[in-house]
Amino acid sequence: MNLHEYQAKEILKAFQVPVQDGIVAETINQATEAYKKITEETGSKFAVIKAQIHAGGRGKGKIENTEQRGVCVVKSLEEATQAATNLLSNKLITIQTGPKGKIVNKIFVAKDAYTTGPAATQEFYLSMLLDRAKGEFVIIYSTEGGVDIEKVAHETPDKIFKEWINPTVGLANFQLRDIAFNLGLKGEAAKSCQKFVANLYKAFINTDCSLLEINPLFKNSQDQILAVDCKMSIEDNALIRHPELEAIRDLSEEDPIEIEAGKYNLNFIKLDGNVGCMVNGAGLAMATMDIIKLSGGDPANFLDVGGGANAQTVEAGFRIILKEPNVKAILINIFGGIVRCDKVANGVIEAYKKIGNINIPIIARLQGNSAELAKELLDKSGLKVVSAIELEDAAKLVTQALL
Amino acid sequence: MSILVNKNSRVLVQGFTGAEGSSHATQMIDYGTNVVGGVTPNKGGTQHLNLPVFNTVKEAKIATDANVSIIFVPPILAADAILEATDSNMPLIICITEGIPVRDMVTVKAALKNSNSILIGPNCPGIITPDEAKVGIMPGFIFKKGKIGLISKSGTLTYEAADQIAKAGLGISTAIGIGGDPIIGTSTKQAIELFMNDPDTEAIVMIGEIGGSMEAEAARWIKANGNKKPVIGFIAGQTAPPGRRMGHAGAIVGGAEDTAEAKMEIMTQCGIHVVKSPAEIGKTVKKILG
Repeated sequence: MNLHEYQAKEILKAFQVPVQDGIVAETINQATEAYKKITEETGSKFAVIKAQIHAGGRGKGKIENTEQRGVCVVKSLEEATQAATNLLSNKLITIQTGPKGKIVNKIFVAKDAYTTGPAATQEFYLSMLLDRAKGEFVIIYSTEGGVDIEKVAHETPDKIFKEWINPTVGLANFQLRDIAFNLGLKGEAAKSCQKFVANLYKAFINTDCSLLEINPLFKNSQDQILAVDCKMSIEDNALIRHPELEAIRDLSEEDPIEIEAGKYNLNFIKLDGNVGCMVNGAGLAMATMDIIKLSGGDPANFLDVGGGANAQTVEAGFRIILKEPNVKAILINIFGGIVRCDKVANGVIEAYKKIGNINIPIIARLQGNSAELAKELLDKSGLKVVSAIELEDAAKLVTQALL
Repeated sequence: MSILVNKNSRVLVQGFTGAEGSSHATQMIDYGTNVVGGVTPNKGGTQHLNLPVFNTVKEAKIATDANVSIIFVPPILAADAILEATDSNMPLIICITEGIPVRDMVTVKAALKNSNSILIGPNCPGIITPDEAKVGIMPGFIFKKGKIGLISKSGTLTYEAADQIAKAGLGISTAIGIGGDPIIGTSTKQAIELFMNDPDTEAIVMIGEIGGSMEAEAARWIKANGNKKPVIGFIAGQTAPPGRRMGHAGAIVGGAEDTAEAKMEIMTQCGIHVVKSPAEIGKTVKKILG
């Protein structure tokens, strides 16, 4: 589950991690009030307005057909109002949203962190995530902040550092020192950095993050380290022990069809192809998508119905897939192990009759327990359902359906 | 004729009295697996399915001499169940549970390094050695006895492959579902190594999926060790979009190296017979074994 920057910063603050603070606004009025409050507090006219969407590249991204960027510095109430007007309810297109863009429903009015002072300011990069190969969490950091880290890793790998965290020991003090030194920090800034990373790691562990990325990690002119931006994702499997985080999930950022599928315990991912599919098991579902592609089609979705392929789940699956007008055929692929195929076949027939007019061919491949009986049931049903037992035959039927 | 489980396996069921534990223990017993008892905290001293129930794994192991434990415990409690089995020096632990938080598995992985236990899973269908023992949730009737070792990250795709192998007139020495999570106890490479050393396995089918680097690691190991037995491979998720979790927590394309295409390329270079279509697994095995 992804969080917005403003939500992530609230969580970091609770763990004593310094952040570039601000106020979230959903209306232009709220934004102007936030600007007034922030500039009063800082005594500066400068503030930063940041669109809150679940996608990166906001700073370079622009509102559709305008020059308004997703993140901008404002230095007057007029400019703040203008930026809020330009952003709110409009479509922001960034390198990560793709051409479809995302509607900006909230903006974050933040303090200007880049004020001048006794020390020089600097931008770094730091993230925490799982290293799958090692089965350990790793801190990745770099002297190159505020830029695309993958580009840095590719072009100047010597500027990327890593600290693996021993699960039984935790993040050790020497590693905190290493991080500060590798970033070239000294004195007060090095101390501030060590405290920052120690607390950030506490936040990472205690909220079960799958990713916590601070870019830029910023050293201000007072030699203090703070998070100017923050990307935080919570691991879905761990949400059960974080009801307070589940409660702040922003469903408007997620695909409404996928949310609906979730209500029926269907694991659904929308894709852009022309053949829908409904499968039991994630691995077989991926393999079925591959079969569709090899048969000349493109998968319209990933859909794992799990162990319960019954009339209700099949009906819900049909209805969800049929929402997409591009779908030219649906391939049902169920491997009946413990679940009997004839029961699944009856479920398919029942669901089909309940929906009534399905105008595209349904290919039902039921294999395993009682497969022959299932095929007979489907063949005699009189419905526009073609059946198969072998995966190879199902693939041929997909090709035929697309002719 | 097998690896990891056989007719001498003495199986303990953790989460024995729960719905999943009861149902699958019954099916394992029906298959002929030697289930010797179960563990459910606070139900020790009672009987379930005509077998003794214990409060702890330690007690159960002493009383029954179990050498395999299978875990059907809810996700939030499952890591603790694995740790308990590890602490009791259970030689083989099979965790079926799906949805264990990654942080818990990081701890488990560290504990396993300092133990003699082998963990299979989590988020897996288990292990079956046809006609000897089924320690898992797979439908036993699909798996015919034979000389092909089968390794897979997924459940139903394992059944699909086993069925195709049977229809090709061949059979399975042992089938292992290693699990679809980002952190699992036994890697593809480790499972391959077991099959390479098993005198009764003549060929290996490895079924992987997008995400992580286990298939590439296994492929390089196979090549470095002289391709001693033919290996047939398939990677699911050729059409999966990057950055999305495809059902399994570990099935996510994160970079250029963990796509299906990249993995298949590495596998081919390492002398593995890569099957592009999941419908052709059985046929290809048949062709290669001549």
